This record gives sequence, structure tokens and C-alpha cells, in this order.
Amino acid sequence: MAGAKDAKGTIWVVAETNADGSLAKSSTEVATLARTLAEAAGASAAGIVIAADPKAAAAELAGYVARVVAVAEPKAAGYAWAQVAAQRAAAILASESPAVILTGAGPDGRDVAGTLSALLERPVLVNATAVAWKDGGPSVEMSVFGGKLITTSAFVDGEWGIVTVRPNVVTAEEAGSKGKVETQAPAGDLDLPLVKVVDQITEAAAALPIEEARVIVAGGRGVGGPDGFALVREIAAVLGGAVGATRAAVDSGWIPYNQQIGQTGKIVKPQLYLALGISGAIQHKVGMQTAGTIIGINRDPDAPIAEFADLVVVGDLFEVGKALLAELKSRA
Amino acid sequence: MPLRIVVLTKPVPDPAAAAERLGADGRLDRAASPAVINGNDEYTLEASLKLVEAHGGEVTLLSMAPPSGLETMRKGLAMGAHRGVLVTDPALAGSDQGSTIQVLAAALRGLEYDLVLAGFDTSDGVGGVVGAAIASLLKLPYLSSAAKIEPDPDAGTVRVRRISPTGFDLLEAPMPALIVGTQLLGEPRYPSLKGIMAARSKEVVTKSLADLELDAKVVGGAASRSKVTGTTKPPARGATTVVRGTPEEGAKAIADLLASRRLI
Ligand SMILES: Cc1cc2nc3c(=O)[nH]c(=O)nc-3n(C[C@H](O)[C@H](O)[C@H](O)COP(=O)(O)OP(=O)(O)OC[C@H]3O[C@@H](n4cnc5c(N)ncnc54)[C@H](O)[C@@H]3O)c2cc1C
Ligand SMILES: Nc1ncnc2c1ncn2[C@@H]1O[C@H](COP(=O)(O)O)[C@@H](O)[C@H]1O
Repeated sequence: MAGAKDAKGTIWVVAETNADGSLAKSSTEVATLARTLAEAAGASAAGIVIAADPKAAAAELAGYVARVVAVAEPKAAGYAWAQVAAQRAAAILASESPAVILTGAGPDGRDVAGTLSALLERPVLVNATAVAWKDGGPSVEMSVFGGKLITTSAFVDGEWGIVTVRPNVVTAEEAGSKGKVETQAPAGDLDLPLVKVVDQITEAAAALPIEEARVIVAGGRGVGGPDGFALVREIAAVLGGAVGATRAAVDSGWIPYNQQIGQTGKIVKPQLYLALGISGAIQHKVGMQTAGTIIGINRDPDAPIAEFADLVVVGDLFEVGKALLAELKSRA
Repeated sequence: MPLRIVVLTKPVPDPAAAAERLGADGRLDRAASPAVINGNDEYTLEASLKLVEAHGGEVTLLSMAPPSGLETMRKGLAMGAHRGVLVTDPALAGSDQGSTIQVLAAALRGLEYDLVLAGFDTSDGVGGVVGAAIASLLKLPYLSSAAKIEPDPDAGTVRVRRISPTGFDLLEAPMPALIVGTQLLGEPRYPSLKGIMAARSKEVVTKSLADLELDAKVVGGAASRSKVTGTTKPPARGATTVVRGTPEEGAKAIADLLASRRLI
């Protein structure tokens, strides 16, 4: 890579935490990417954790990057997190010299990236599916036009900016050695209006979140109703996978929105995607087309899914699904 | 108290037409593909229409787009929005997100509103950062991932059910505020014939960079701080095997493939 080891600053990650205070999975991926880029650039990687109690996540993040700045910010709980975190992070970053700032491209990561871009007046490259270090800066791949094309983008000469990284495009891997955690007091001002969290409503969540699943068994309109999803769930259980759905199934109220895959749902990249009664419309396809193996069960051999699946079994999903359960059990 | 809502709507190439391509300059070739209102912006538009039906008030569409954006905006007006503001200027071609953010923020400074609604992301850009950045520039309370929007115009506050990994967070803020909405706001309506007729006479104000007192050295294509450096095709997927036969034969084909790829 020509001109690779020429970063003029540090590769920073702004990390997200889970409700229990641990480091978000997406942040383990982004932190791994930061370290890889730092190695390629001859720079160092550092991370920021802003939370009411940042200890656990900061310790975890230090498993990935050399330096972690942890800020205990009481307002990070009880207020919408991203504005609080972005303002505290901006104060830290303003006194450092970042070569690039990385965040996740999920809801919180985007909110932080957008707010930081305004606060630091920096450009953003979004939804990276891969990032390399080239000519002194990040070279960012994005999937565009419904996955038909991959573009590579960079910041123009002399600029540095923020990159949001799509979940599941980097495999998280800890570094050989532990980084150092520095605890800092909250710095800077919270000038932006903060938004209060007045209540938290917990809903029965899916047993396994689809973003993290190695196997996804998904149901569409062909499943016919909430009861049809029992078969989808049963196959998912046997394969050790999560249950996904199309917008048609979600709009019908058969399954919650957080299990929807596609343009206005989640983008997933499991090793196996098994689709029952799903046509494979473009808005669904953009959410799952990079899955390792794609299999459809559909009674219509001309359904669009036949254009991009590895295997399509033509038939009734209930008959084939039940036979599949029997077959899998006999091989277990 | 009636509500004044501005909905940010971006014209995007219709994903269903699957005709998108880049021009020789590395920019989206807008002539190649029919444009539609960005899918996520239709959800926020639908929510805003329901809100003014319930509370009274008016919905203004705001887009930054080429002149053809007017045609796309007509569909939003046909759905029931009251007027439109289209920011269009030849110098805006090739804008990066930073420019889009500054331009939309400048246009909002010239409007009166209680709520600004933005979509979760765009189908062509998939950024989802524009709303947060505009809220910061305008110092508006920012409520994102909204599944439900409940303003209390008399109290001057708004509540949002924000989708969280474990359910919902109920957020509250004073208005004016900027809200980013999701599909859970509800399925967008189809324009009625009456709506389509009415849309023709609705007012759309066009604004140039000069009208917004913005300098083409600071925003727009010439000021873009990111660039496309190349394109590649994604690796092609292998051929599709189609199996017809008894359910058992189908099941066996699936299990064989899973076994051969070490997925079981
Ligand atoms: C702005 C916008 C955003 C969208 N976002 C998304 C999104 O995020 N995710 C998404 O999924 N969609 C999205 N859509 C909707 C998308 O266009 C399709 O309508 C949707 O994906 C179709 O879902 P489906 O495949 O379940 O239903 P259908 O297209 O109706 O397909 C059902 C399939 O099941 C088969 N079938 C029926 N019965 C059986 C049976 N007994 N056995 C076997 N096969 C059977 C049929 O042959 C058919 O192929 C969006 C649309 C718009 C306009
Ligand atoms: N050019 C534009 N004109 C109007 N609204 C826009 C424009 N670009 C982005 N937006 C709004 O910002 C949201 C997020 O866009 P993005 O961050 O580009 O994915 C969209 O859903 C729109 O509501």
C-alpha cells in the first residue's frame, strides 16, 4: 500500500454500551477496525466511553485499543444518550489530533456521528462495509444501489472526518495486549438541549437478536399468520438461529418490527439465511443479500429470490418445512 | 393550538426500478432512474399528516434537490402536505452530507415550525446522520428512532417513543424539536384523486444558495470534503439450484447443502 504509514494522528472510536454497562457488540467490531487501521497507518488507536458508569465497557474496550478515555457522566443515563456523549466526546477530541473518528452505523452510532460532525464541523462517510488505509486516510467502501455496486470514497486532501461502520462487516478480535484506561472528568459544556427519558418500556425481546445471529430463519407473507411463525421458530431453534421477517409479515402484526430485515428494517449478514414464503423483493434483498448461504422455500419458482438464492425449493413451505424438521432431527 | 410541521423529504432513485447508475463523473446519474420520495420520509410525512388532522396546523415539505425534485414533491403535496420549499441550485450538484446539512439548516432558519421531521435514513445514501447534525446546528432538542410522536401543543412539549434494543424509551422535550421517524409511525397513505388535483395549485417556493445567503465556496459540489475514488462490482453469487419434487426431496436438498457447507 503506497503511502500507507503516514497517519497524522490517532484513530479514535466513540464506543456504545449495552443497558447492563457492557461494551456494545458493534463497538467491539469498530474498535477492531480502528486497531487494524492504526497498524496499517503506523498510528495508534484509542477509544472513548461516555456512560453513567463507564468502568466495565472501558475495561472491555481496552482489550481492543491501546488507549481508552472513560468519562463518568451521570447525564448519560436519564437523557437521550447520543447528544450527551457526542458533546463530551467532542471536548476530548478537540484537544487531540484525530486522523479519523469511527462509530457504529446503528441508531446510536449514527446519532453520535451526526452530532459530532456538526460540533466538530467535520465531514462524514457513512455505512462503511469495509475500510482500508490509503494515501494517508481512510478508504471507505459502501454498498450502493441496492447492493449492485460498491463505491470507494475518501476525504479530500487535507481533511479528516468521521466514518460510520455497518454492523457485522468486521469480525471483532481482541488485541494481544491490554490498553490503558484513563478516567477523565466530564469536560466541555452541554450546550445542546438535552432530551429527558421519562420512562423505559421493556418488551419481550426476541430470544436472539437477528443482528448477531449466525443463522437466520425468516418468514414472509407466505407464512400466512402468527401461527405460521411457530414453524419458522421451530426450524430456527433446531438450527440454533434467530427469527427474521419481511415488512409484509411485520405490517400484518405477525412479528415485531425489530425482527424486520430490509431497507427500512435491519441489515444482516448471517452465514445462513433460510427464507420461508418470502418473494425476495428488492427492499428485502438489500437487508440480507450478503448472507453466506441463501435458501428459499417458495411455491412460486419465479419469485425474485430465485435470482439470488443458492438453493430454492419449490413447494409449500409448511410441507417442506415439516419435512426439513424431520430431516434435521434424523441427522442430529 | 395548531402544529406547524416541516418534513424533510429527499427525492431518491426508486429502489424498485433498480435502474440506478453512476455517471462518468462518479455522481448519481439522476436521469437514469425514476425518482420517488425516500421511503423513510413517507413514514414521517404520514405521521405529520395524522398529527395536523388531529391538532390542526400545516405541513411543509423541505427538499434539497435538482429542479426535477419539484415533480417528486408534488406527490407529497398530493398526499396532503400543504406547501413545499425546494432548495435547488446548480452549485449544489455533488454536495457531500456536510453541505446537505448546512443547506437544510439554513432553509429551516427561514421557516417557522414546532416540529421538524426527518427520516431514519435515505435508501440511496443510507447515512442517517442528517437529522442529528441539523438538530445540533439549530440547537433543537433531538428525538430519534421514533415509533410514535405525541405532541402536546398546549403545553408546548412533545413525547416520542424511541425504539430501544429492549423495547422503548419514552422521551420528552419542549417544542420546537427535531424528530427522526421510523416505519413504525405507520403505513403511508396513497394520494387520492382529489389530492392529486389539489397538489397542482399548492405553493412550492424555490430557493437558491443566494436566497439562503450561502456561499458556493462553503457548500455544494465545489466545497465537498469527500470524494468517490472508485467503484467495483460486488462478487457475483453462484448459480441458483432449483429443486422441485416431494417435500422430502426438498428437505433433503436443503439438509445436504447445509451439511456440505458445514452449517449443520
Ligand atoms: C419504502 C419501502 C420500504 C420497504 N422496506 C422493506 C423492508 O425493510 N423489508 C421488507 O421485507 N420489505 C420492505 N418493503 C416491502 C417490499 O417491497 C415487499 O413488499 C415485501 O418484502 C414482501 O414481503 P414478502 O416476501 O413476505 O411477501 P410477498 O412479496 O407477498 O411474497 C410472499 C411469497 O410467499 C410465497 N408463498 C405464499 N404462500 C406460500 C406457501 N404456502 N408456501 C410457499 N411459498 C408461499 C409466494 O409465492 C410469494 O413469493 C418495503 C417497501 C417500501 C415501499
Ligand atoms: N437532500 C435532502 N433533502 C431533504 N431532506 C433530506 C435530504 N437529505 C437527507 N434528508 C433528510 O435526512 C434524512 C436522513 O438522510 P441521510 O442522513 O442522508 O440518510 C432523510 O430521511 C431526510 O428526511
